[in-house]
Amino acid sequence: MSLETSSPPRIDPRGPRVGAGITAVLLAVVVLLGPTTSALVLLTVVALSFVPGAVRGPQATWQGWLFRTLIRPRLAPPEELEDVRPPRFAQTVGLVVTGVGVVAGWAGALAVLPWAAGLAFVAAALNATVGLCLGCELYLLGRRLRRAPS
Amino acid sequence: MTAQWTALVALLVVTTVLGLVWRSAQGRVRATAPSGDDDADARWTDELAAQGVAPGERVTFLQLSAEVCSACRSTARTLGSLAAEEPGVVHLEIDVDDRPDLVRRAQVHRTPTVLVLDGTGAEVARASGGMTPARAREALGSVEAAPVPGRTA
Repeated sequence: MSLETSSPPRIDPRGPRVGAGITAVLLAVVVLLGPTTSALVLLTVVALSFVPGAVRGPQATWQGWLFRTLIRPRLAPPEELEDVRPPRFAQTVGLVVTGVGVVAGWAGALAVLPWAAGLAFVAAALNATVGLCLGCELYLLGRRLRRAPS
Repeated sequence: MTAQWTALVALLVVTTVLGLVWRSAQGRVRATAPSGDDDADARWTDELAAQGVAPGERVTFLQLSAEVCSACRSTARTLGSLAAEEPGVVHLEIDVDDRPDLVRRAQVHRTPTVLVLDGTGAEVARASGGMTPARAREALGSVEAAPVPGRTA
């Protein structure tokens, strides 16, 4: 398996949105659990779920597996496939946001949990409902920030 | 527990408002404020020439895209097919990674951003976010409604 081929894989665009919906529900539960240890454990599970998505793409996550095995067989084939890079970027953003909450939580700052989960919830819910494209909104901003210390 | 439910309701409200605002802003065509007459910065003829593209007689869609942007793909298909079926319409897509200078010059903050250029290569409107075929037609209409630049005659 090569990590970066000349043409990145293409995936069913509905998969990442279904996955974002599942993730949003889990993040809502984290918010409801408040600054507790059980919230920390659940947010850790969510953050770890983003890791294969950030490395290979959302089709490699367990949410992607659920979509493929339970939902996709019941749907008509997609009108077109999507480049894996935009949803992979979104998975990376999700990993960073929830990862900050997880690291802070394990360091003892449980009060950070609802904030990290809440922020990630908004992003995941927007992705699931209106198809907000994080790469479209954040890519230029991120590049500007990387270049800032010139 | 009440505080947590309040937080969740607040998050749902924020998400709904952001979602509605974001969706309605996608690909909305905004007229560009006319900069002083004969302003070289407002013309993109040099850029089009450098790309080896002659400006469309009616309109040129200069699209700035990023590879991590899924709306850029659909917008490129929409504008590409409009250019194929309408005479005098040209579509040119540029990757922001290749041309950071263009991003600065056009003051673009999101992808895709489409600069709508008239027959002289002057920007008359722009749209950010994914463009539906209806919005693309609207952009075509906006350039035809715009006043003819006086100084170029």
